[in-house]
Amino acid sequence: MELKKFVHDLQVVHYQRLNERHFLLELLSPEKLPLILPGQFAQALVENSPATFLRRPFSIHSVDYGANTLKLLIQIKGEGTLRLSRLKEGDALNLIYPLGNSFSIPNTKDVLLVGGGCGVAPLLFLAQFLNQRHIHPTILLGFRTREEVSEIEIYAKYGNVLITTDDGSEGEKGLAVNHSIFNSEKLSFKKIFCCGPDAMMKAVAEIARKREISCEVSLENSMACGFGVCLCCITPTVSGNERVCVEGPVFNINRLKWNNFAN
Amino acid sequence: MPDLSVNIAGLHFKNPVSTASGTFGYGDEFRDFIDLARLGAVFVKAVTGKNREGNAYPRMAETSSGMLNSVGLQNKGVDHFCRDIYPRIRNFDTHIIVNVSGSTVEEYVEVAQRINELEKIPAIELNISCPNVKLGGMAFGTIPSMATEVTAAVRKVYKKILMVKLSPNVTSITDLAKAVVDGGADVITMINTLLGMAIDAERRQPVLSTITGGLSGPAIKPVALRMVWQVHNAVKIPIIGLGGIMNAADAIEFLLAGASAIQVGTANFIDPCVSIKIIDGIEDYMNRHKIESVALLIGALRTE
Repeated sequence: MELKKFVHDLQVVHYQRLNERHFLLELLSPEKLPLILPGQFAQALVENSPATFLRRPFSIHSVDYGANTLKLLIQIKGEGTLRLSRLKEGDALNLIYPLGNSFSIPNTKDVLLVGGGCGVAPLLFLAQFLNQRHIHPTILLGFRTREEVSEIEIYAKYGNVLITTDDGSEGEKGLAVNHSIFNSEKLSFKKIFCCGPDAMMKAVAEIARKREISCEVSLENSMACGFGVCLCCITPTVSGNERVCVEGPVFNINRLKWNNFAN
Repeated sequence: MPDLSVNIAGLHFKNPVSTASGTFGYGDEFRDFIDLARLGAVFVKAVTGKNREGNAYPRMAETSSGMLNSVGLQNKGVDHFCRDIYPRIRNFDTHIIVNVSGSTVEEYVEVAQRINELEKIPAIELNISCPNVKLGGMAFGTIPSMATEVTAAVRKVYKKILMVKLSPNVTSITDLAKAVVDGGADVITMINTLLGMAIDAERRQPVLSTITGGLSGPAIKPVALRMVWQVHNAVKIPIIGLGGIMNAADAIEFLLAGASAIQVGTANFIDPCVSIKIIDGIEDYMNRHKIESVALLIGALRTE
Protein backbone atom coordinates (compact mmCIF):
# COMPACT_ATOMS: atom_id res chain seq x y z
CA MET A 1 0.00 0.00 0.00
CA GLU A 2 1.43 3.37 -0.97
CA LEU A 3 0.29 6.18 1.31
CA LYS A 4 0.17 9.81 0.29
CA LYS A 5 3.26 11.75 1.29
CA PHE A 6 3.31 15.27 2.74
CA VAL A 7 5.80 18.05 3.39
CA HIS A 8 4.67 19.76 6.61
CA ASP A 9 5.99 22.05 9.31
CA LEU A 10 5.16 20.34 12.58
CA GLN A 11 5.45 22.02 15.95
CA VAL A 12 7.51 20.67 18.83
CA VAL A 13 4.99 20.38 21.68
CA HIS A 14 7.12 18.28 23.99
CA TYR A 15 10.86 17.75 24.25
CA GLN A 16 12.18 15.01 26.48
CA ARG A 17 15.86 14.27 27.00
CA LEU A 18 16.01 10.54 27.77
CA ASN A 19 19.74 10.35 28.48
CA GLU A 20 23.03 11.73 27.21
CA ARG A 21 22.60 10.41 23.66
CA HIS A 22 18.85 10.16 23.12
CA PHE A 23 15.89 12.53 23.07
CA LEU A 24 12.22 12.41 22.17
CA LEU A 25 10.35 14.97 20.13
CA GLU A 26 6.57 15.08 20.24
CA LEU A 27 5.38 16.94 17.15
CA LEU A 28 1.96 18.46 16.55
CA SER A 29 0.65 18.51 13.00
CA PRO A 30 -1.17 21.68 11.91
CA GLU A 31 -3.32 19.52 9.69
CA LYS A 32 -4.96 16.19 10.40
CA LEU A 33 -2.21 13.57 10.64
CA PRO A 34 -2.11 11.37 7.56
CA LEU A 35 -2.40 7.61 7.90
CA ILE A 36 0.99 6.27 9.01
CA LEU A 37 1.97 2.62 9.33
CA PRO A 38 4.51 1.09 11.73
CA GLY A 39 7.95 0.91 10.16
CA GLN A 40 7.49 4.07 8.14
CA PHE A 41 9.84 7.02 8.59
CA ALA A 42 10.08 10.78 8.21
CA GLN A 43 12.81 12.93 6.64
CA ALA A 44 13.52 15.87 8.93
CA LEU A 45 15.03 19.15 7.72
CA VAL A 46 17.91 20.45 9.82
CA GLU A 47 17.96 24.21 9.55
CA ASN A 48 20.85 26.62 10.10
CA SER A 49 23.47 23.91 9.89
CA PRO A 50 25.75 24.34 6.87
CA ALA A 51 27.44 20.98 7.51
CA THR A 52 24.05 19.24 7.34
CA PHE A 53 23.08 19.49 3.70
CA LEU A 54 20.61 16.62 3.57
CA ARG A 55 17.57 15.73 5.64
CA ARG A 56 17.87 13.14 8.40
CA PRO A 57 15.64 10.05 8.35
CA PHE A 58 13.92 8.90 11.56
CA SER A 59 11.48 6.06 12.23
CA ILE A 60 8.08 7.10 13.51
CA HIS A 61 8.26 6.15 17.20
CA SER A 62 4.57 6.49 17.99
CA VAL A 63 1.43 8.18 16.69
CA ASP A 64 -1.46 9.69 18.64
CA TYR A 65 -4.25 10.47 16.20
CA GLY A 66 -6.40 11.86 19.04
CA ALA A 67 -3.83 14.52 19.95
CA ASN A 68 -2.74 14.82 16.29
CA THR A 69 0.87 14.23 17.31
CA LEU A 70 3.68 11.85 16.47
CA LYS A 71 6.93 11.13 18.26
CA LEU A 72 10.47 10.72 17.00
CA LEU A 73 13.16 9.04 19.08
CA ILE A 74 16.50 10.47 18.05
CA GLN A 75 20.06 9.45 18.85
CA ILE A 76 22.67 12.19 18.72
CA LYS A 77 25.21 10.91 16.19
CA GLY A 78 26.59 13.98 14.46
CA GLU A 79 26.12 17.63 13.64
CA GLY A 80 22.57 17.21 12.26
CA THR A 81 21.12 15.31 15.20
CA LEU A 82 23.02 17.53 17.65
CA ARG A 83 21.32 20.52 16.06
CA LEU A 84 17.91 18.82 16.34
CA SER A 85 18.62 18.05 20.01
CA ARG A 86 18.57 21.80 20.61
CA LEU A 87 15.00 22.24 19.36
CA LYS A 88 12.68 23.76 21.93
CA GLU A 89 8.99 23.46 22.57
CA GLY A 90 7.22 25.77 20.12
CA ASP A 91 9.87 25.38 17.39
CA ALA A 92 8.90 24.10 13.96
CA LEU A 93 10.35 20.98 12.34
CA ASN A 94 9.78 20.36 8.64
CA LEU A 95 9.08 16.73 7.78
CA ILE A 96 8.51 14.78 4.60
CA TYR A 97 6.38 11.84 5.67
CA PRO A 98 5.18 9.12 5.85
CA LEU A 99 7.91 7.37 3.83
CA GLY A 100 8.76 3.76 3.03
CA ASN A 101 6.88 0.52 3.52
CA SER A 102 5.78 -0.99 6.82
CA PHE A 103 6.03 -4.13 8.90
CA SER A 104 3.55 -6.72 7.70
CA ILE A 105 0.48 -7.66 9.72
CA PRO A 106 1.34 -11.05 11.19
CA ASN A 107 -1.09 -13.94 10.91
CA THR A 108 0.01 -15.27 14.29
CA LYS A 109 -0.16 -14.05 17.89
CA ASP A 110 3.30 -15.42 18.73
CA VAL A 111 5.29 -12.34 17.85
CA LEU A 112 8.73 -11.24 19.02
CA LEU A 113 10.03 -7.69 18.55
CA VAL A 114 13.80 -7.23 18.84
CA GLY A 115 15.33 -3.76 19.00
CA GLY A 116 18.83 -2.55 19.67
CA GLY A 117 20.03 0.98 20.38
CA CYS A 118 18.10 3.52 18.36
CA GLY A 119 16.57 0.61 16.46
CA VAL A 120 13.98 0.38 19.21
CA ALA A 121 12.34 3.49 17.69
CA PRO A 122 9.82 1.89 15.28
CA LEU A 123 9.00 -0.97 17.67
CA LEU A 124 6.84 1.06 20.05
CA PHE A 125 4.56 2.12 17.20
CA LEU A 126 4.55 -1.48 15.95
CA ALA A 127 3.62 -2.79 19.41
CA GLN A 128 0.75 -0.28 19.64
CA PHE A 129 -0.44 -1.32 16.20
CA LEU A 130 -0.27 -5.02 17.08
CA ASN A 131 -2.24 -4.40 20.30
CA GLN A 132 -5.09 -2.96 18.25
CA ARG A 133 -5.13 -6.34 16.53
CA HIS A 134 -5.16 -8.16 19.89
CA ILE A 135 -1.55 -9.25 19.60
CA HIS A 136 0.61 -8.79 22.71
CA PRO A 137 4.17 -9.33 21.52
CA THR A 138 7.28 -10.13 23.46
CA ILE A 139 9.49 -7.06 23.21
CA LEU A 140 13.22 -7.64 23.61
CA LEU A 141 15.21 -4.42 23.84
CA GLY A 142 18.98 -4.11 23.93
CA PHE A 143 20.71 -1.06 25.42
CA ARG A 144 24.31 -0.16 26.18
CA THR A 145 23.85 0.63 29.84
CA ARG A 146 21.21 1.14 32.51
CA GLU A 147 21.33 4.92 31.79
CA GLU A 148 20.10 4.30 28.25
CA VAL A 149 17.22 2.06 29.27
CA SER A 150 14.14 4.21 28.78
CA GLU A 151 10.39 4.13 28.23
CA ILE A 152 10.17 0.55 29.51
CA GLU A 153 6.90 1.27 31.33
CA ILE A 154 5.43 2.45 28.01
CA TYR A 155 6.50 -0.65 26.07
CA ALA A 156 5.18 -2.77 28.96
CA LYS A 157 1.64 -1.52 28.22
CA TYR A 158 1.75 -3.33 24.89
CA GLY A 159 3.68 -6.53 25.56
CA ASN A 160 6.06 -8.54 27.69
CA VAL A 161 9.32 -6.57 27.87
CA LEU A 162 12.75 -8.20 28.16
CA ILE A 163 15.96 -6.20 28.47
CA THR A 164 19.64 -6.67 27.88
CA THR A 165 22.45 -4.22 28.56
CA ASP A 166 25.98 -4.52 27.24
CA ASP A 167 27.40 -4.13 30.74
CA GLY A 168 24.73 -6.07 32.60
CA SER A 169 23.66 -3.02 34.63
CA GLU A 170 20.05 -3.88 33.91
CA GLY A 171 18.34 -7.01 32.58
CA GLU A 172 20.53 -9.72 31.13
CA LYS A 173 24.14 -8.92 30.32
CA GLY A 174 25.15 -8.88 26.66
CA LEU A 175 23.55 -8.04 23.34
CA ALA A 176 19.87 -8.54 22.62
CA VAL A 177 20.73 -11.50 20.43
CA ASN A 178 22.49 -13.18 23.39
CA HIS A 179 19.32 -13.15 25.53
CA SER A 180 18.43 -16.49 27.14
CA ILE A 181 15.10 -16.71 25.30
CA PHE A 182 17.08 -17.69 22.24
CA ASN A 183 18.70 -20.58 24.13
CA SER A 184 15.50 -22.47 24.75
CA GLU A 185 15.15 -25.60 22.66
CA LYS A 186 11.84 -24.55 21.28
CA LEU A 187 11.32 -20.93 20.40
CA SER A 188 7.54 -20.55 20.28
CA PHE A 189 7.57 -17.39 18.16
CA LYS A 190 6.20 -17.57 14.64
CA LYS A 191 7.16 -14.03 13.63
CA ILE A 192 10.12 -11.81 14.50
CA PHE A 193 10.32 -8.10 13.75
CA CYS A 194 13.79 -6.64 14.23
CA CYS A 195 15.43 -3.23 14.03
CA GLY A 196 18.87 -2.24 15.19
CA PRO A 197 22.53 -2.25 14.18
CA ASP A 198 23.31 -4.33 11.07
CA ALA A 199 25.31 -6.90 13.04
CA MET A 200 22.39 -7.44 15.40
CA MET A 201 19.86 -7.81 12.60
CA LYS A 202 22.09 -10.32 10.83
CA ALA A 203 22.47 -12.33 14.02
CA VAL A 204 18.71 -12.33 14.66
CA ALA A 205 18.09 -13.27 11.03
CA GLU A 206 20.49 -16.19 11.43
CA ILE A 207 18.55 -17.46 14.44
CA ALA A 208 15.24 -16.98 12.62
CA ARG A 209 16.51 -18.88 9.62
CA LYS A 210 17.82 -21.79 11.70
CA ARG A 211 14.58 -22.04 13.66
CA GLU A 212 12.46 -21.46 10.55
CA ILE A 213 10.74 -18.40 11.97
CA SER A 214 9.46 -15.72 9.58
CA CYS A 215 11.51 -12.56 10.14
CA GLU A 216 11.41 -8.96 8.96
CA VAL A 217 14.17 -6.42 9.56
CA SER A 218 14.17 -2.63 9.17
CA LEU A 219 17.31 -1.33 7.46
CA GLU A 220 18.89 2.06 7.93
CA ASN A 221 21.07 2.82 4.92
CA SER A 222 22.39 6.30 4.28
CA MET A 223 20.02 8.12 1.96
CA ALA A 224 19.69 11.48 0.24
CA CYS A 225 16.04 11.92 -0.75
CA GLY A 226 14.06 9.30 1.17
CA PHE A 227 11.34 8.98 -1.47
CA GLY A 228 12.89 6.88 -4.17
CA VAL A 229 14.61 9.13 -6.69
CA CYS A 230 18.29 9.37 -5.74
CA LEU A 231 18.92 5.59 -5.69
CA CYS A 232 21.60 6.00 -3.01
CA CYS A 233 20.19 3.79 -0.23
CA ILE A 234 20.00 0.55 -2.18
CA THR A 235 20.47 -2.92 -0.73
CA PRO A 236 21.05 -6.09 -2.79
CA THR A 237 17.99 -8.35 -2.82
CA VAL A 238 16.88 -11.43 -4.71
CA SER A 239 15.29 -8.99 -7.21
CA GLY A 240 18.45 -6.91 -7.66
CA ASN A 241 19.30 -3.63 -5.96
CA GLU A 242 16.26 -2.21 -4.21
CA ARG A 243 15.71 1.12 -2.50
CA VAL A 244 15.62 0.97 1.29
CA CYS A 245 13.46 4.13 1.26
CA VAL A 246 10.68 2.74 -0.99
CA GLU A 247 10.84 -1.07 -1.24
CA GLY A 248 12.04 -0.92 2.42
CA PRO A 249 13.00 -0.01 5.04
CA VAL A 250 11.33 -3.28 6.12
CA PHE A 251 12.49 -6.40 4.31
CA ASN A 252 11.72 -10.05 4.84
CA ILE A 253 15.11 -11.66 5.47
CA ASN A 254 14.48 -14.16 2.67
CA ARG A 255 14.67 -11.31 0.17
CA LEU A 256 17.98 -9.86 1.37
CA LYS A 257 21.38 -10.87 0.09
CA TRP A 258 23.19 -10.72 3.38
CA ASN A 259 26.57 -11.71 1.93
CA ASN A 260 26.75 -8.46 0.06
CA PHE A 261 25.45 -6.47 2.96
CA ALA A 262 27.70 -3.50 3.68
CA ASN A 263 29.41 -3.14 7.07
CA MET B 1 1.79 39.06 -15.74
CA PRO B 2 5.33 38.52 -17.09
CA ASP B 3 6.00 35.99 -19.85
CA LEU B 4 8.04 33.13 -18.42
CA SER B 5 8.12 31.03 -21.57
CA VAL B 6 11.35 30.28 -23.40
CA ASN B 7 12.19 28.73 -26.74
CA ILE B 8 14.75 25.94 -26.62
CA ALA B 9 15.82 25.06 -30.17
CA GLY B 10 12.20 25.30 -31.32
CA LEU B 11 10.73 23.59 -28.25
CA HIS B 12 8.40 25.85 -26.27
CA PHE B 13 8.95 25.62 -22.48
CA LYS B 14 6.15 27.24 -20.44
CA ASN B 15 8.87 28.48 -18.11
CA PRO B 16 12.64 27.98 -17.83
CA VAL B 17 12.46 25.62 -14.87
CA SER B 18 12.98 21.90 -15.43
CA THR B 19 14.20 19.06 -13.24
CA ALA B 20 17.52 17.28 -13.65
CA SER B 21 17.95 13.66 -14.64
CA GLY B 22 18.75 11.38 -11.74
CA THR B 23 17.14 13.63 -9.17
CA PHE B 24 13.50 13.38 -10.22
CA GLY B 25 12.90 9.71 -10.98
CA TYR B 26 10.35 9.44 -13.77
CA GLY B 27 8.42 12.43 -12.42
CA ASP B 28 5.50 10.56 -10.92
CA GLU B 29 7.45 10.11 -7.67
CA PHE B 30 6.74 13.83 -7.12
CA ARG B 31 3.01 13.69 -7.76
CA ASP B 32 2.18 13.92 -4.04
CA PHE B 33 4.29 17.07 -3.77
CA ILE B 34 3.81 19.24 -6.87
CA ASP B 35 1.74 19.76 -9.99
CA LEU B 36 4.08 18.43 -12.69
CA ALA B 37 2.19 20.43 -15.31
CA ARG B 38 3.72 23.62 -13.94
CA LEU B 39 7.25 22.58 -14.94
CA GLY B 40 8.96 23.67 -18.12
CA ALA B 41 10.21 20.12 -18.64
CA VAL B 42 11.10 16.95 -16.74
CA PHE B 43 14.40 15.22 -17.53
CA VAL B 44 13.84 11.61 -16.50
CA LYS B 45 16.58 9.39 -15.21
CA ALA B 46 19.22 7.83 -17.40
CA VAL B 47 18.26 5.02 -19.76
CA THR B 48 20.89 2.57 -21.04
CA GLY B 49 20.72 -0.26 -23.54
CA LYS B 50 20.48 -3.05 -20.98
CA ASN B 51 19.56 -3.41 -17.32
CA ARG B 52 22.23 -1.94 -15.05
CA GLU B 53 22.38 -2.69 -11.33
CA GLY B 54 24.64 0.30 -10.70
CA ASN B 55 27.44 0.43 -8.15
CA ALA B 56 27.59 -1.18 -4.71
CA TYR B 57 26.43 0.53 -1.54
CA PRO B 58 27.54 2.99 -0.14
CA ARG B 59 26.77 5.32 -3.03
CA MET B 60 26.39 8.59 -1.22
CA ALA B 61 28.47 10.88 0.93
CA GLU B 62 27.23 14.14 2.37
CA THR B 63 29.71 17.00 2.02
CA SER B 64 29.76 20.65 3.00
CA SER B 65 26.97 22.24 0.96
CA GLY B 66 26.57 19.25 -1.27
CA MET B 67 26.81 15.53 -1.73
CA LEU B 68 28.76 12.92 -3.65
CA ASN B 69 27.02 10.07 -5.42
CA SER B 70 28.19 7.02 -7.27
CA VAL B 71 24.90 5.47 -8.32
CA GLY B 72 26.32 4.29 -11.63
CA LEU B 73 23.27 4.70 -13.90
CA GLN B 74 21.10 2.06 -12.23
CA ASN B 75 18.12 1.50 -14.53
CA LYS B 76 16.26 -1.38 -16.13
CA GLY B 77 17.23 -0.64 -19.73
CA VAL B 78 15.55 0.86 -22.77
CA ASP B 79 13.10 -2.02 -23.37
CA HIS B 80 11.72 -1.63 -19.88
CA PHE B 81 11.54 2.14 -20.32
CA CYS B 82 9.58 1.92 -23.57
CA ARG B 83 7.26 -0.82 -22.34
CA ASP B 84 6.66 -0.05 -18.66
CA ILE B 85 7.63 3.56 -17.97
CA TYR B 86 6.69 5.50 -21.09
CA PRO B 87 2.97 4.56 -21.06
CA ARG B 88 2.56 5.85 -17.53
CA ILE B 89 4.36 9.18 -18.10
CA ARG B 90 3.55 9.98 -21.74
CA ASN B 91 0.53 12.11 -20.90
CA PHE B 92 2.18 14.44 -18.40
CA ASP B 93 1.34 18.02 -19.34
CA THR B 94 5.00 18.97 -19.62
CA HIS B 95 7.90 17.98 -21.87
CA ILE B 96 9.39 14.61 -20.95
CA ILE B 97 13.03 14.50 -21.98
CA VAL B 98 14.97 11.26 -21.69
CA ASN B 99 18.58 11.12 -20.54
CA VAL B 100 20.36 8.63 -22.82
CA SER B 101 23.49 6.92 -21.52
CA GLY B 102 25.81 4.19 -22.67
CA SER B 103 29.24 2.62 -22.62
CA THR B 104 29.83 2.50 -26.36
CA VAL B 105 28.83 4.60 -29.38
CA GLU B 106 26.64 1.69 -30.50
CA GLU B 107 24.77 1.66 -27.20
CA TYR B 108 24.07 5.40 -27.34
CA VAL B 109 22.84 5.03 -30.92
CA GLU B 110 20.64 2.05 -30.08
CA VAL B 111 18.98 3.78 -27.14
CA ALA B 112 18.51 7.05 -29.07
CA GLN B 113 16.91 5.15 -31.95
CA ARG B 114 14.42 3.51 -29.61
CA ILE B 115 13.54 6.77 -27.88
CA ASN B 116 13.15 8.45 -31.27
CA GLU B 117 10.13 6.20 -31.88
CA LEU B 118 8.31 7.50 -28.78
CA GLU B 119 5.86 10.10 -30.00
CA LYS B 120 5.55 12.12 -26.76
CA ILE B 121 9.28 12.49 -26.14
CA PRO B 122 10.35 15.67 -27.98
CA ALA B 123 14.06 15.54 -27.09
CA ILE B 124 16.84 13.48 -25.58
CA GLU B 125 19.70 14.52 -23.37
CA LEU B 126 22.84 12.64 -24.33
CA ASN B 127 24.72 11.87 -21.13
CA ILE B 128 28.38 11.91 -22.12
CA SER B 129 29.41 13.03 -18.67
CA CYS B 130 28.57 10.46 -16.02
CA PRO B 131 31.65 10.09 -13.79
CA ASN B 132 30.40 6.86 -12.21
CA VAL B 133 30.70 4.29 -14.98
CA LYS B 134 33.92 2.55 -15.90
CA LEU B 135 33.55 2.58 -19.65
CA GLY B 136 32.20 5.35 -21.82
CA GLY B 137 30.26 7.87 -19.80
CA MET B 138 32.65 10.60 -18.97
CA ALA B 139 35.33 9.51 -21.47
CA PHE B 140 33.02 10.65 -24.26
CA GLY B 141 32.61 13.93 -22.44
CA THR B 142 36.27 14.71 -21.81
CA ILE B 143 37.92 14.04 -25.16
CA PRO B 144 36.62 16.47 -27.82
CA SER B 145 37.03 14.08 -30.78
CA MET B 146 35.07 11.38 -28.95
CA ALA B 147 32.37 13.90 -27.99
CA THR B 148 31.99 14.87 -31.65
CA GLU B 149 31.94 11.24 -32.73
CA VAL B 150 29.20 10.07 -30.35
CA THR B 151 27.10 13.20 -30.92
CA ALA B 152 27.35 12.82 -34.71
CA ALA B 153 26.50 9.11 -34.56
CA VAL B 154 23.37 9.80 -32.52
CA ARG B 155 22.51 12.82 -34.68
CA LYS B 156 22.26 10.49 -37.69
CA VAL B 157 19.50 8.40 -36.10
CA TYR B 158 17.80 10.86 -33.77
CA LYS B 159 15.42 13.16 -35.63
CA LYS B 160 14.13 15.37 -32.81
CA ILE B 161 15.91 17.80 -30.51
CA LEU B 162 19.32 16.56 -29.47
CA MET B 163 20.66 17.90 -26.19
CA VAL B 164 24.13 16.95 -24.97
CA LYS B 165 25.07 17.11 -21.28
CA LEU B 166 28.61 18.25 -20.64
CA SER B 167 31.02 17.18 -17.95
CA PRO B 168 32.85 19.85 -15.95
CA ASN B 169 35.81 17.49 -15.48
CA VAL B 170 37.79 19.03 -18.34
CA THR B 171 40.50 21.60 -18.84
CA SER B 172 38.62 23.60 -21.46
CA ILE B 173 34.85 23.43 -21.34
CA THR B 174 34.55 25.52 -24.51
CA ASP B 175 36.51 22.91 -26.49
CA LEU B 176 33.95 20.29 -25.50
CA ALA B 177 31.04 22.62 -26.21
CA LYS B 178 32.40 23.31 -29.71
CA ALA B 179 32.97 19.58 -30.21
CA VAL B 180 29.33 18.69 -29.57
CA VAL B 181 28.15 21.59 -31.75
CA ASP B 182 30.35 20.12 -34.51
CA GLY B 183 28.65 16.76 -33.91
CA GLY B 184 25.23 18.30 -34.47
CA ALA B 185 23.90 19.06 -30.98
CA ASP B 186 20.89 21.39 -30.81
CA VAL B 187 21.22 22.24 -27.14
CA ILE B 188 23.90 21.97 -24.46
CA THR B 189 22.95 21.07 -20.90
CA MET B 190 25.63 21.73 -18.33
CA ILE B 191 27.07 20.82 -15.92
CA ASN B 192 27.07 17.23 -14.74
CA THR B 193 28.71 16.43 -11.39
CA LEU B 194 32.31 17.24 -10.51
CA LEU B 195 34.52 14.27 -9.75
CA GLY B 196 35.23 14.19 -6.04
CA MET B 197 36.02 11.97 -3.09
CA ALA B 198 35.19 11.53 0.58
CA ILE B 199 37.23 9.75 3.25
CA ASP B 200 36.21 8.29 6.60
CA ALA B 201 39.32 9.02 8.66
CA GLU B 202 38.19 6.89 11.64
CA ARG B 203 38.13 3.80 9.45
CA ARG B 204 40.84 5.03 7.04
CA GLN B 205 38.48 4.09 4.24
CA PRO B 206 36.77 5.85 1.36
CA VAL B 207 33.11 6.58 2.05
CA LEU B 208 31.96 5.50 -1.41
CA SER B 209 32.26 1.93 -2.65
CA THR B 210 33.72 3.35 -5.86
CA ILE B 211 36.18 5.60 -3.93
CA THR B 212 35.37 8.58 -6.18
CA GLY B 213 31.98 9.99 -7.13
CA GLY B 214 30.14 12.98 -8.53
CA LEU B 215 29.79 16.14 -6.46
CA SER B 216 26.54 18.09 -6.70
CA GLY B 217 24.73 20.75 -4.73
CA PRO B 218 25.45 24.41 -3.98
CA ALA B 219 29.16 23.64 -3.55
CA ILE B 220 29.50 23.43 -7.34
CA LYS B 221 27.38 26.44 -8.31
CA PRO B 222 30.26 28.91 -8.87
CA VAL B 223 31.99 26.41 -11.16
CA ALA B 224 28.79 25.79 -13.10
CA LEU B 225 28.08 29.51 -13.50
CA ARG B 226 31.57 30.16 -14.80
CA MET B 227 31.32 27.35 -17.32
CA VAL B 228 27.85 28.39 -18.54
CA TRP B 229 29.14 31.92 -19.05
CA GLN B 230 32.22 30.70 -20.95
CA VAL B 231 30.19 28.42 -23.21
CA HIS B 232 27.55 31.10 -23.78
CA ASN B 233 30.34 33.27 -25.17
CA ALA B 234 31.76 30.46 -27.29
CA VAL B 235 28.82 28.81 -29.09
CA LYS B 236 25.49 29.89 -30.55
CA ILE B 237 23.19 27.05 -29.48
CA PRO B 238 20.98 27.34 -26.37
CA ILE B 239 22.25 26.22 -22.97
CA ILE B 240 20.25 24.64 -20.18
CA GLY B 241 22.18 25.37 -17.01
CA LEU B 242 22.40 23.38 -13.81
CA GLY B 243 24.67 22.87 -10.85
CA GLY B 244 23.67 23.66 -7.28
CA ILE B 245 20.51 25.64 -7.98
CA MET B 246 18.60 25.84 -4.68
CA ASN B 247 16.32 28.85 -5.19
CA ALA B 248 15.07 31.45 -7.66
CA ALA B 249 18.07 33.74 -7.17
CA ASP B 250 20.40 30.91 -8.19
CA ALA B 251 18.23 30.19 -11.24
CA ILE B 252 18.30 33.83 -12.34
CA GLU B 253 22.09 33.88 -12.00
CA PHE B 254 22.27 31.02 -14.52
CA LEU B 255 19.95 32.86 -16.93
CA LEU B 256 22.10 36.00 -16.64
CA ALA B 257 25.24 33.93 -17.29
CA GLY B 258 23.70 32.76 -20.56
CA ALA B 259 21.45 29.78 -19.87
CA SER B 260 18.10 29.79 -21.70
CA ALA B 261 16.58 27.47 -19.10
CA ILE B 262 17.70 25.71 -15.94
CA GLN B 263 17.44 22.34 -14.26
CA VAL B 264 16.88 21.84 -10.57
CA GLY B 265 18.78 18.78 -9.35
CA THR B 266 20.00 17.90 -5.90
CA ALA B 267 17.70 20.52 -4.32
CA ASN B 268 14.78 18.19 -5.12
CA PHE B 269 16.10 15.77 -2.48
CA ILE B 270 15.86 18.35 0.27
CA ASP B 271 12.66 20.07 -0.80
CA PRO B 272 10.55 18.14 -3.30
CA CYS B 273 8.49 21.30 -3.87
CA VAL B 274 11.49 23.53 -4.65
CA SER B 275 11.04 23.60 -8.44
CA ILE B 276 7.63 25.26 -8.09
CA LYS B 277 9.01 27.76 -5.57
CA ILE B 278 11.71 28.65 -8.10
CA ILE B 279 9.13 29.30 -10.83
CA ASP B 280 7.18 31.57 -8.47
CA GLY B 281 10.40 33.27 -7.38
CA ILE B 282 11.44 34.03 -10.96
CA GLU B 283 8.04 35.59 -11.56
CA ASP B 284 8.43 37.73 -8.42
CA TYR B 285 11.86 38.87 -9.60
CA MET B 286 10.47 39.85 -12.99
CA ASN B 287 7.64 41.80 -11.40
CA ARG B 288 10.07 43.53 -9.08
CA HIS B 289 12.42 44.45 -11.93
CA LYS B 290 9.59 45.16 -14.39
CA ILE B 291 10.87 42.61 -16.89
CA GLU B 292 8.18 41.53 -19.35
CA SER B 293 9.80 38.41 -20.75
CA VAL B 294 12.21 36.00 -19.13
CA ALA B 295 13.99 35.79 -22.49
CA LEU B 296 15.30 39.30 -21.75
CA LEU B 297 17.33 37.88 -18.86
CA ILE B 298 19.22 35.31 -20.92
CA GLY B 299 22.88 36.31 -21.08
CA ALA B 300 21.94 39.76 -19.77
CA LEU B 301 24.92 39.95 -17.45
CA ARG B 302 26.27 43.51 -17.20
CA THR B 303 30.04 43.23 -17.38
CA GLU B 304 31.11 46.86 -17.85
